[in-house]
Parts: sequence; C-alpha cells; structure tokens
Amino acid sequence: MGKTLAEKILSGKSGQDAYAGDIVIAQVDVAAFQDGTGPLGVRQLQKMRLERARASKSILFIDHAAPSPRKELSNDHMLLREFSKKTGAILSEVGDGIIHQRLVESYAKPGDVVIGADSHTCTSGALGAFATGMGSTDVAVGMAMGRTWFKVPETFRVQVKGDFPPGVYSKDLILYLIGMLGADGATYKALEFGGPAIEKMSMEARFVLSNMAVEAGAKTGLIASDKRTKQYLKARARVRDWKPIVPDEDAKYERVIEIDARKLVPQVAFPHTVDNTRAVTDAKGIKVSQVFLGTCTNGRIEDLKIAALILKGKQRAHNTRLVVVPASREVFLSAMKSGLLEVFVRAGGIIMGPGCGPCVGVHQGVLGDGEACLSTANRNFRGRMGNPEGFVYLASPATAAYSAIKGEISDPRRLFTTRKRKTVRKAIKRGKKK
Amino acid sequence: MILKGKAWKFGDSISTDLICPGRYFHLRSNLPELAKHVLEDADQDFASKMAKGDFVVAGNNFGLGSSREHAPTIIKLAGISAVLAKSFARIFYRNAINVGLPLLECDTDKIEQGDEITIDLATGTIRDKTKGIELKARPLPKAMLNILNDGGLLAHIEKHGDFRLD
Ligand code: SF4
Repeated sequence: MGKTLAEKILSGKSGQDAYAGDIVIAQVDVAAFQDGTGPLGVRQLQKMRLERARASKSILFIDHAAPSPRKELSNDHMLLREFSKKTGAILSEVGDGIIHQRLVESYAKPGDVVIGADSHTCTSGALGAFATGMGSTDVAVGMAMGRTWFKVPETFRVQVKGDFPPGVYSKDLILYLIGMLGADGATYKALEFGGPAIEKMSMEARFVLSNMAVEAGAKTGLIASDKRTKQYLKARARVRDWKPIVPDEDAKYERVIEIDARKLVPQVAFPHTVDNTRAVTDAKGIKVSQVFLGTCTNGRIEDLKIAALILKGKQRAHNTRLVVVPASREVFLSAMKSGLLEVFVRAGGIIMGPGCGPCVGVHQGVLGDGEACLSTANRNFRGRMGNPEGFVYLASPATAAYSAIKGEISDPRRLFTTRKRKTVRKAIKRGKKK
Repeated sequence: MILKGKAWKFGDSISTDLICPGRYFHLRSNLPELAKHVLEDADQDFASKMAKGDFVVAGNNFGLGSSREHAPTIIKLAGISAVLAKSFARIFYRNAINVGLPLLECDTDKIEQGDEITIDLATGTIRDKTKGIELKARPLPKAMLNILNDGGLLAHIEKHGDFRLD
C-alpha cells in the first residue's frame, strides 16, 4: 500500500511499516529547545538525573528574549549555557537567529525526525522532514533518549496549481487555507503540500506554508524533497544532507484539498484568531500604529527583498512605526550586503538583531492599549504582542510594506496595476529568480 | 479517583497565550508566581476567584497555539483538578497528559458557570449535580492512558526505563 510523506518518514525512522493510526517509537535526529521552553526541559532532565543529549543533534536556541531584557531571563539563559557545556548540546547564541530559521539553514534535513519545544517546529517539514512541536518534557525525554513516540497522522493533501497573481504570495495561500479549514480543522493531521504551484515555489516561500500548518491544528506540514530542496541545501554547503523523498502515487489521504493559486487574493487575518481571515479589500482603511516585518514565518531574505522593493525611496506613514527583524544572522548579513537594511532605515524603520523580536510580547515593540499592528507573523491571539488591549493583524510582507507607507492596511496589488509600478514588478521577479 | 468542584466556564479557542501570557515570560522559571496569572487574559482575576479542586470547562480547541508546557503546568499548580472541553489542541493535549493534568473531552454545552461537578476519572463519568445530568468523556487513547496512569511522562520513563505504550 502506498505511503504519504508522513508514513514514509516515520517508517524509515521507526523501522516498522507504519501507516496512519499506528503508534511508533521513532529515532530523533534533531531535538531542539528555545529559551522559553528550554529551562523547564533542562530541569525535567535534572529531576530524572538524565542530563544527557542523545538525539543526533541536540540544540538550544536563545532567540525569544535575545538579548535578555531582564535578569530572570538572563538566568534562564545561563542555565541553557551550562546544560550545553555539560552535555555537548549545541548552543545557538543571542544574535544567531530564530530556532526554525536556524533549523532549516543548518540542521534539519530530508527524512529526519525533528522535535522542538516550540509549536512552529513544523517549519522544517518543508525540507521533507517529519518536524513537529511538542512540550518541554516530551522534547527533554526525546533529547535524552534519542527516541520519542508518535501516533502516525492521517494526511490532508493540499494540491495547488496555477501561477500566483502579482502581489499574492505563499502567505496569502496559507492564510486562505487556514481560514477555510479553521484553527482546529486539521488537528492531529499532517498537511502535505504539493502540485505544480508548490513545485515551482522557492524554498523560502515553502517554509511559510509549513510554518503555519500548526495554525490549522496540524501536527506537521510536509513538502516533498526535490531539486529546489537540493539547491537550498547546496547553497549552504549541505548538499550531502539532501535526498529525495516523495509520497507514493497511491498514498491514501484522508482528504484532498485543491486550490487554484490564480484565484487567490491577498489575505489578512483579523484579531484575535488566525482563522479569522478576509480578503485584503475587506481590511482596507484599518489604521495601523506599527508594521512588523520579521519572524520565523516571514523574516527571510526573500521577504525582506519584496518589502524593500516596495519601500525603496518611500517613507513610512507619520503615525506608523516600522520594525524590521531579520530571522537569522545569515538573513541579516545578506540583507546588509544587498543594501536592504539601508532601504528600511531610510524609510523610517528600525532594524533589530536577529531573533523573535516583538512576536511573542516578551520585549521590543509591545503594543499600547487600543493600538493595531500589521505583522508578518503567524499568530494574532489576544495578548500576543504583550498587551491584551492590542490588536494584531497578519498579512504578507508585501501587504505589510505597502501598509507601512499608507499608514493603513492596503492592497499591495495596486502596486502592480499602474504603469509606474511596472519596474517594481520586474525587480521583484528578478529578485525571485536569484 | 473521584474529583469534586465547581465549574469555571470559558468559551472556544482558549489559546496558550490566554492561559499563560507571553508578557510573563520572565516568570517561567518561577512557576508558583506564574500560576497566579493563570488564564488571566481570558478572565482577569480567575486565579484569585477559583478554589482548589475546581474545574475549567471550555468549548472547542482548548489550548491552541504555542507549545509552552507551562500552560497545563500552571493550571494544575493553581489547583484545577481537570479540564473539560469539547476538544483540545494537539500539543496541549499531549503536554497535559505528560504533566499529569487530567483532560476530559465531552459535550460541555449544558454545563454552566458555578455548577457543582463530580468526575469519576476511572470511568470518565461527569456528573453535573446542579443540573442533574450525567455526561460521558471520550476515553483516552491507550498510549496516553498508560502515561497518565504512571503519573506523567517522567514517572513513566523512570518506572520502565523506556516507553511502554501498549
Ligand atoms: S518568531 Fe514568533 S512564532 Fe516564530 S519562534 Fe519566535 S516567537 Fe515563535
């Protein structure tokens, strides 16, 4: 019987012919903590006197409160550094970048089982890895034992065809899908993205889809490992990490969802749930006090390029702050070299060091009472950006950048309709090919 | 085991951000302090109103969002003896079992704020004494039942030296 990507990977890592519904014990290739979940995980291992790191790669990321805004968190960071010294677990320091971006750049590979004490660990699924978020205790045990248990999930196949219209991106596709499925529409399932539109998509755009799989409740968001996956790894001197993984033709899916990208329009998720999505045209005119460009969803170089092309030579609106946070050191360096950072600074923006930045309300860019933020992140729950009286809207980097200029949520497709903007469109296309 | 307490009613989509707000990130290594803010963004003074042994009763998709295990941990630490909901988000579900917080998946529509509830964990029977009704929770999957019965994942691994799920 044919296998889905999830069934293939989990069969490979459990040594058993695994199908949806089976309970398997799988080898763990990557076990990861971040600074919000790691200290609890480390203490759990200390409690068990099991302080060791047996997963092939055990990694601690300091990214959520980086650099630390207060002493309690500085002490948490010290605990992680000590654990790393003691066990040999890799430490990703302040300034290295966000867990999920660092995982795809340097650690996760096709066919891996990746567990992380962070719900967006599913991002690595775009490399063809079974990557999923768990709690501190699960990851601690997985790290110490080098194994964990899973129920093999049923799969929803998301089949996407057609070219994306100008101004519409993978972020709009995933927001649209989450709006359609609902925040619990894929609970316990794996999403598997495929079809001609996904095959053509850059890895950067694919990561956005896998990243947000959890916002529909899914366990992971998988994409076959193909030649683009290979190119991505090769560009990071990791071609040896590549192998092809594709689902079988006769794999059994619980559900197949077909989407025609040509019909998509830019999407905006309204407060306070991610599935509260509407077409950007329904959001027009909503004033935003802050635009936040960054996160493990859309803080990659392709995102910054798109935003910079829109912001070049322009100014942010007077009442709208623009906060830009590259997702990793690699992204930061590349944005610096190609002059993107200068564009943001000249446009009136502020650049902050790689990390989660204002995403989770720990520090930096906290909203005031009644303020609205248009963010390229993946979540807009009440209180998410540090204030339960704030409002978070989610959209693509293009929508965010254009809205920063206008001071209100604006439809980026406008940039592609007037003749004057043709140059932008061409430049964006060129940027994409690179 | 028989649990007794009052129902505290919440709606659908109670996220881990509502249960354990990100702005208290710095209290994550101080769980008793963090527990004073449990569910604060859903009901501002919940922690001071509830009594030990009470139940959180919610709608669909309880615990969606972040993987922070602090969410079920502080619900338990605050003294809530079980969470009843129509459905739970996946990571929260697994975390709750791992830390030994009982979850009951059942139709919570008829239960109201302040109702007197008794729960027989062994059979999954929920009695709402105020309403005079009886509900049945969906049974836990076997793997999870084994972990819960051992007292959580750490205790499970300590007891068996490995995963013993079937
Ligand atoms: S950027 Fe936001 S969503 Fe991503 S890992 Fe950091 S806090 Fe979580």
